[in-house]
Amino acid sequence: MHELRIAQAVIDIVEHETTRRQLKTVTAVGIRVGALSGVHPDALSFSFEAATVDTSLAEAKLIIEQLAAKGQCRSCGNEFAVEEFVFLCPSCGSHEVEVTQGEELDVAYLIGE
Amino acid sequence: MSEKITIETKVLSENDRLAAEIRRTLGDKHILSLNLVSSPGSGKTSLLERTLGALGSTLRMALIAGDVQTENDANRLTKAGGNVVRPIVTGGACHLDASMVTRALAGIDLDRIDVLFIENVGNLVCPSSYDLGEDMKIVLISTTEGDDKPLKYPAMFRRSSVLVINKIDLIGLSDFDIRRAESNALAINGGLKVFEISCRRGDGLAAWYEWLIQQAAIKEAARHKPENRNECADFQGQNIPA
Repeated sequence: MHELRIAQAVIDIVEHETTRRQLKTVTAVGIRVGALSGVHPDALSFSFEAATVDTSLAEAKLIIEQLAAKGQCRSCGNEFAVEEFVFLCPSCGSHEVEVTQGEELDVAYLIGE
Repeated sequence: MSEKITIETKVLSENDRLAAEIRRTLGDKHILSLNLVSSPGSGKTSLLERTLGALGSTLRMALIAGDVQTENDANRLTKAGGNVVRPIVTGGACHLDASMVTRALAGIDLDRIDVLFIENVGNLVCPSSYDLGEDMKIVLISTTEGDDKPLKYPAMFRRSSVLVINKIDLIGLSDFDIRRAESNALAINGGLKVFEISCRRGDGLAAWYEWLIQQAAIKEAARHKPENRNECADFQGQNIPA
C-alpha cells in the first residue's frame, strides 16, 4: 500500500532525528499533508499505526495538519483557494496558476524528550 | 520534560535527494528523460513499441520498464527493437521510486543514449508523489476510460507536461468525449501539450515523433551553450571552450 511506504519514510526520519538529538521518547509526530500530495491522511494514520506496532514508536501519536490547495494567478496576481482542483483563476480565467499551498508532505515536528 | 522539536523535513527527502542526483547525471549527459504514467492498459507500452520501431535509427533510446510482477513489458520492448531495456519488478510497490531507477541506470552506458524512457507502474495515484529525476512526466489516458479522468487524478495531471490521448480509433464506441477530456485536463493544468493518437492504427504518431526529436535536439543543443563552458574552467579560472 502506498501510504505504508510513506509511513515508513516518516518513521525513518523520526528514528534518524531521535538518534541525532539523543531523544529518549517520542510521544507525537506532527505531519503536514497537502491536498495535492497524493497521500490520504486516514490511510497514512492507519499505516503509521500498523508500521509502529511493537516498536519504540508504538505509543506515538501521528498529528496530521491537512492543507488545502491554494493558488496564485501569474497573470493578475489574484490569490485563491483552489476548488475541486481546477486551476483556473476565478478572477481573470487564466490557467497560468502557481500552486502556493497543497503539495506539502512534511515531518513538521516531534514531541518528545 | 516533553518539548516540541522542529524538524521541517520533507517526508520524501531521501527520494528527492536520489532524484536530484539522477537529474544531475542525466543532465550532464544531455539525455532527455521522460516518465510515462497512466492507468493500467492506456497504452504506455504500445506507444513505446511504436516509438522504438519508428525512431530506432534516429534516436538512441534506453527504456526502463516497471511493473509489479513480470517483465512482460520489458520483453515486448526488446522485441520491438529496444536494445537498452531494463526491467524493474517492484514485487508489490505500486510505483517506481528514485532508488529503483538509480539501480536500473547502473546497467546503462549513458554516453550512448539520447533519450531515456521510464515506463512507470500503471497507476495514476502513487507515481505522482515520486520524483524519478525526469525532465517531464507524460500522462496517458485512452478513449475507453472516462473523460473525467483528469478531474479524478488532479495531482498527476498537474505534475505532467504532456497528455497523450490514445485509442482515438475507438471514439464513438463509448461515451468518451475527447473535447471534454481535453478541457478537463487543461482546467487542471493549462500548460499541458496534448497529443491525440492511436497506437494501433497509427493516427497522430507523426506529431509525437516530431516532438520527441525536437525535445531531444533541444537537450543536445544545451551541450554547446556558453554557460556550460564553466565546467571546463582551469585552475586559474580561465574558461576553456567545451
